[in-house]
Amino acid sequence: MKEYDIEVRISPRQGLLDPQGKAIHSALHSLEFDEVESVRVGRLLRLKLLADSTEGARAAADDMCRKLLANPVTEDYEIAIGAGA
Amino acid sequence: MNAAIITFPGSNCDYDCYKAITDVLGRSARFVWHRETGLGETDLVILPGGFSYGDYLRAGAIARFSPIMDAVQRFAADGGIVLGICNGFQVLCEAGMLPGALIRNESLKFLGRTVHVRVENADTAFSNAYETGQVLEMHIAHGDGNYVADEDTLDMLESTGRVVFRYVTGSGLVTAAANPNGSMRSIAGIINEGGNVLGLMPHPERSVEALLGSADGLGVFASLDAHLSGEAVQATAGER
Repeated sequence: MKEYDIEVRISPRQGLLDPQGKAIHSALHSLEFDEVESVRVGRLLRLKLLADSTEGARAAADDMCRKLLANPVTEDYEIAIGAGA
Repeated sequence: MNAAIITFPGSNCDYDCYKAITDVLGRSARFVWHRETGLGETDLVILPGGFSYGDYLRAGAIARFSPIMDAVQRFAADGGIVLGICNGFQVLCEAGMLPGALIRNESLKFLGRTVHVRVENADTAFSNAYETGQVLEMHIAHGDGNYVADEDTLDMLESTGRVVFRYVTGSGLVTAAANPNGSMRSIAGIINEGGNVLGLMPHPERSVEALLGSADGLGVFASLDAHLSGEAVQATAGER
């Protein structure tokens, strides 16, 4: 078993209203950052986990996303894996 | 009626439900701690409002995995009546017991006030004391009450009478201004396919006496009481 560092990035589904992103967008505009076209707010989770292989680590993280970390109705997720110690 | 009210860490409307059922309606209710694995003798499960697990990750996402939820899911699968109010609605969606999800209010503000909702389907266990089209005044208290689902799911809910409550103006009109949180199609409450699981964002248990500003929510509990006493007659006459 090897330790893997995993980053799970969760973001609101494309096309779905993101009220937080919208509010931050208008705050940026009021600071005169007029070049900002859109803002979406998500979550970043950093996990350390033990697995036999990169594939195993990815499969475990994917399972966690589907069962708990992301809501498939409203959120998309991406998994990035780096080898740990 | 013998209600089991599930208390999660962070539930804060469990006593309101208890008072509504016992003091106002004169029926029995008791609390079931979320670490329990059995519901005991009951004919109604209530998932009350509050902030279970501090709304960490997403509202309702962690409560869904509390030990008691296996028993709640089995109870519902056997046709048992389950009412999810506010955070309870969020838990039911997270658990996949109702379709869709509840996200942050469009305004980003926590809303604690009364709203008007229209009864869209009075032919359910939860709404038979009302008339279809009746406008009710009930309290809301939520930051994440914005109902979302894909278009197909919304159309299916609408065409099968599964939208039970909808936000409207005091005179019963669906308008953007009367929709407090941005919910798609102004949806305030929906029921499952079997008709035995309902989730709604407004708090009927906070609107059960004139002293509280409105008694319009009492009908939800009165509906359940009527439905369950009807069921009891069937049970003695019937298959079980």
